[in-house]
Amino acid sequence: MAEVLRKVKPKAQPSEISRNLRAAYARAWVRVKATKKEPLWAIAEITIPLISVGAYVFLYRALNAPPSFASFVVIGGTVIAFWANVLWNMSAQFYWEKETGNLEMYFVAPISTMAVLLGMALGGIINTSTRALSILIIGSYVFQAPLHLSDPIAALIVFILTIISLYALGMLFASLFMLYGREAWHTANLLQEPVYFFSGFFFPITGNRFFPFAIQVAASLIPLTVGLDAIRRVLVLGAGLNQIPLHVLGLVAFVSVLLPLSKKGLDFMERLAKKEGRLTLRWQ
Amino acid sequence: MPELSIETVDLTRTFKGPSNTTVKALDRVNIRVNQGEIFGLLGPNGAGKTTLIKILTTLLLPTEGDAYVAGFHVVKQASELRSFINLVSGGETPGYGILTTRENLWFFSQLYGLPRSIANLRIKELMDKLQFAEYASTRMHKLSSGYKQRLNLARGFINDPKVLFLDEPTLGLDVLSAKNLRQFVKDWVRNDTEKTLLLTTHYMAEAEEMCDRVAIIDQGKIVALDTPESLKNKLERRRTVKLEVRGSSSKFGDLKQFSGVLGVSQSQDIQSEISTLKVLVEDESVISEVISRISQSGSKVISVSKTEPTLEDVYISLVGRGFEESEAQSTTQ
Repeated sequence: MAEVLRKVKPKAQPSEISRNLRAAYARAWVRVKATKKEPLWAIAEITIPLISVGAYVFLYRALNAPPSFASFVVIGGTVIAFWANVLWNMSAQFYWEKETGNLEMYFVAPISTMAVLLGMALGGIINTSTRALSILIIGSYVFQAPLHLSDPIAALIVFILTIISLYALGMLFASLFMLYGREAWHTANLLQEPVYFFSGFFFPITGNRFFPFAIQVAASLIPLTVGLDAIRRVLVLGAGLNQIPLHVLGLVAFVSVLLPLSKKGLDFMERLAKKEGRLTLRWQ
Repeated sequence: MPELSIETVDLTRTFKGPSNTTVKALDRVNIRVNQGEIFGLLGPNGAGKTTLIKILTTLLLPTEGDAYVAGFHVVKQASELRSFINLVSGGETPGYGILTTRENLWFFSQLYGLPRSIANLRIKELMDKLQFAEYASTRMHKLSSGYKQRLNLARGFINDPKVLFLDEPTLGLDVLSAKNLRQFVKDWVRNDTEKTLLLTTHYMAEAEEMCDRVAIIDQGKIVALDTPESLKNKLERRRTVKLEVRGSSSKFGDLKQFSGVLGVSQSQDIQSEISTLKVLVEDESVISEVISRISQSGSKVISVSKTEPTLEDVYISLVGRGFEESEAQSTTQ
């Protein structure tokens, strides 16, 4: 056996960067491959948000709200796909990985756990973008929600910033969920609905007279609230980047804070897990 | 003089126990394992074997002491060390159930940065050698536990580690699969003097068959360390007598109170109500007293036989009880 392994030995040890890039790619590949193998999941994940979107569109129509409200709701339904992915497949993922024994293998391997998280995020973004785009196209067509793509570059920049800040939050949560030490689905459930509400998936938060100012400010601490509002302004109200500078700055600030914080959180979690032996204890 | 592959110096690990107590999982452990050696850690569940392996594979920090693997300090040089080691824990199947066996192995190969062509060649060779090539395209969740364990073992070899840690690798395997697995692992070490294997097991026969040297660990302490033969030779005149008894073993009382009885291990078949006692004695003359005590308690001795010394006898002679009693004791603590 050793002869065989010697025969197929690489010429040199792969560099640290090469190992981490390969690990990130492989982890993203697992995500994409798994989705391809279970196409029914994708259909369910497109259909279910469309049902909620439909309910709100019909409600606004019954109230004689302007047509732009339907567009607001369709965009909210589109972004829900990303939040669900961040919550269940990023934040809670290390918990599942611990249960299956994969987390130990990540820690034993000569890679940074950030590479694994990056791979999860990339795979999640690839999978969810396809679903989100389907929700956007089907939703705007079926519910006749008008969208104005007058400034595609602004739309792209705002979308990318929103997604990066959202997944950076997911990376931070991945460590926090493990440190919290409770079964992950309870924590995920706890965060799901409040974020739906406060980030305004189905109604605008900013300028909403029923929301006290303090709550609007507090809600703006969720990257999704800022990102969603910016995307709506660009895609529905036809705003350019120059009209949403605070949104752009806010999203850049989220990315600048959340990415390093997630790295720190991960290092802290890893250190604590090794110190207290949490990596070896299941159902903790 | 062979090079050292693993060395621990006064390695200690404590955990917080219930009600602010401290549990010592490892207590000043000192071992030195040479390159090219199959080294066994033998002890009951809860003895500290897995804790030691977790420290040596950088998964757990020691509370005190130092440890080196392949020349690297396990805490200070953990990142450098990880390229040269791998860990296989029996009874666990890391990977993704939705992926096939080949895809899972490819995924793990990428954690070690293997180029695609090399990874594919290695995966093919490992699947052939471990005899599960016909399941290459089967999803992991559809594999039987025996094949999952083969996949797990193949994963451990994917980076061709210098030092491989096997933690109870045959746990839950059928006899034939366990035998094949042991042979495969032995060949891997014997064919390359740079390789080292540290194996933990609570199967005595497995340790005897595979290991060049064995450390017996009990309650976090190394109580003996030598080749299996030397350990057994240390028993000298001591003999193990196996008694099969019908009736409840709780009635016998403590057989160790007889002068000359060094240790007792017992197991019971609940269905047949037959207890098997392994009594380690200094001198065989004490056995008649033991039999008479059992008979007085209302139980019936069905058979008496002498057995060749095994590593379990060594364990009993060192700690005064068998593995099962030790495990029961650690559970109640």
